Amino acid sequence: MPDALEATVKDEALDAVDAQAKAANASKAEKPRSLWSDAWHDLRRNPLFLISAVLIVLLLAMAIAPGLFTSADPRYADLAKHYLQKPNWGNVFADDWLGYDGQGRSIYARLVYGARASISVAVVVTVLVTVFGGIVGMLAGYFGGWVDTILSRVTDIFFGIPFILGAMVVLTSFEDRALYVVILALAFLGWTQIARVARGSVITIKQADYVMAAKALGASTPRILLRHILPNAVAPVIVVATIALGGYISAEATLSYLGIGLAEPTVSWGVDISSGAEQLRNEPYVLILPSIMVSITVLAFIMLGDAVRNALDPKLR
Amino acid sequence: MGRYVARRLLQMIPVFIGSTLLVFAMMYALPGDPVRALAGEQTVDPAQIAQMKKDLGLDLPLWHQYLNYLGNLFQGDFGTQIASGRPVADIISDAFPITIRLALFAFTFTVLVGISIGIFAGLKADTLRDRGLLVLTLVLISIPSFVLGYLLQYFFAFQLGWVDPNVSTEAAPGELLLPAVVLGSLSLAYVARLTRTSVAENLRADYMRTAVAKGLPRRRVIGVHLMRNSLIPVVTFLGTDLGALLGGAVVTEGIFNVQGVGYAVFEALRHREGATVVGIVTLIVVVYLVASLIVDLLYAVLDPRIRYA
Repeated sequence: MPDALEATVKDEALDAVDAQAKAANASKAEKPRSLWSDAWHDLRRNPLFLISAVLIVLLLAMAIAPGLFTSADPRYADLAKHYLQKPNWGNVFADDWLGYDGQGRSIYARLVYGARASISVAVVVTVLVTVFGGIVGMLAGYFGGWVDTILSRVTDIFFGIPFILGAMVVLTSFEDRALYVVILALAFLGWTQIARVARGSVITIKQADYVMAAKALGASTPRILLRHILPNAVAPVIVVATIALGGYISAEATLSYLGIGLAEPTVSWGVDISSGAEQLRNEPYVLILPSIMVSITVLAFIMLGDAVRNALDPKLR
Repeated sequence: MGRYVARRLLQMIPVFIGSTLLVFAMMYALPGDPVRALAGEQTVDPAQIAQMKKDLGLDLPLWHQYLNYLGNLFQGDFGTQIASGRPVADIISDAFPITIRLALFAFTFTVLVGISIGIFAGLKADTLRDRGLLVLTLVLISIPSFVLGYLLQYFFAFQLGWVDPNVSTEAAPGELLLPAVVLGSLSLAYVARLTRTSVAENLRADYMRTAVAKGLPRRRVIGVHLMRNSLIPVVTFLGTDLGALLGGAVVTEGIFNVQGVGYAVFEALRHREGATVVGIVTLIVVVYLVASLIVDLLYAVLDPRIRYA
């Protein structure tokens, strides 16, 4: 059967090219290590990476199992404790060590439980944006021509609309202040950055020898895209996505502060900053404490993204 | 050059139409009815509401309403607010100058301070000074601008009493300084980091060694040879930044009670005044598009090797 024989030969050849694509990763370092394991080798020695990784693990633990950090209920309000007790360094991590907010709720419990809403919004938005923006960017970059023209113009349209202003318009059209609404609004406008990065990255990769070889051997387009382009183009996208994740934490807080993002009874840092702003003059710590949580989280993700970028970028070695 | 500009201007048209249509469609999808809201709690004859909608052209399908809007826009007519009867152009001409002034202040602050910090850090890359400034910019990036706004307001207005916490309706330049610093702080951090990386990289370039070797004064080496080559990524960022500053002003204006575009948009969204929101967002998009064109043209000034075909 010549057809079957031809198919096996072709398959074997394709496998060989696939292996070459994998090797292209490794060839960037002198030692036969892959790009990622080489980066990991660097990262383990980078204090910024270690600090941000520890912070992120802690924050994720807070989001997944807040009960581990406090036994107080973040929604339990005792008006008798209205702004009772300023932050107290004497009994750190007790339920009331950061005092009570205007409705007599434990601020510490609200900080811990707020992690879940804020981080899940940011993580889900980042995943949506990376998948959608990644696909758009990959198609535009790989096919070029009119596909690129159309996709790039559509990206431009969304990119030109100011982020917070656009999100305000989207969010006003929903009566409901639920998590998924905020997630959709942020993802709707946020994918353009990833699409641009992915497009640029794919355009560079598509000229590589192993892609040419795969094409010459008649590999199908999905196979080239998934096995050759995707693994080699994904690094800059991941870096940008990590840094953007920090930005979405901050965006959620901003929208909730404007009164169009999350709202009570959802416990989130943005909601608490918004209610703390009313008493800024007399009780500034009610605003400052959740702000610190936002800043720490944003900082952790930006430092992580920075560290990964430095480890992946051979120019900086 | 002329052909390049013409092509870029042509490319702007679909982007302009696309983004206005997008905002228009979002406003169209908003729940709530501006005409019915006019009546408040009173019950009104549905026939009357239908008649009013017909007069205002609100009964037409989306695409027709949009074409009408676009047609009026090209004749310089931004439409009229339904509730107050004020022309949207009036509202824009009241609010826009204030926000533009705020954004330009923030922009100037970003450029001057950001680039200075970047050069200062980049010239001594990987020293304590550089590391310290890098950490400082990271901290600045991680604080949401509205939190920074409140902190500075608390400190300068409530604690020190140097400034008024609220900006008056005239929005005098002096009053806008603090809001401008808040608005520009995030961009400042990005500009500083970009300049720093670029400067540190170009310091090792051959032309720098040549310039130093032929005995040029340090001022000229850094001010001309280094800066001209290091500013391209910074200029790229600044081009997209002006539009972002106008959009970000929405938040800053809320904190300091500036009666600019942010305030106008917020009011319009609350009363479902579509024409006002679309008009303002359209103008911001135009500013963004023009700014990015200017940036692309600036490349050739900074780097004569770049030619436009």
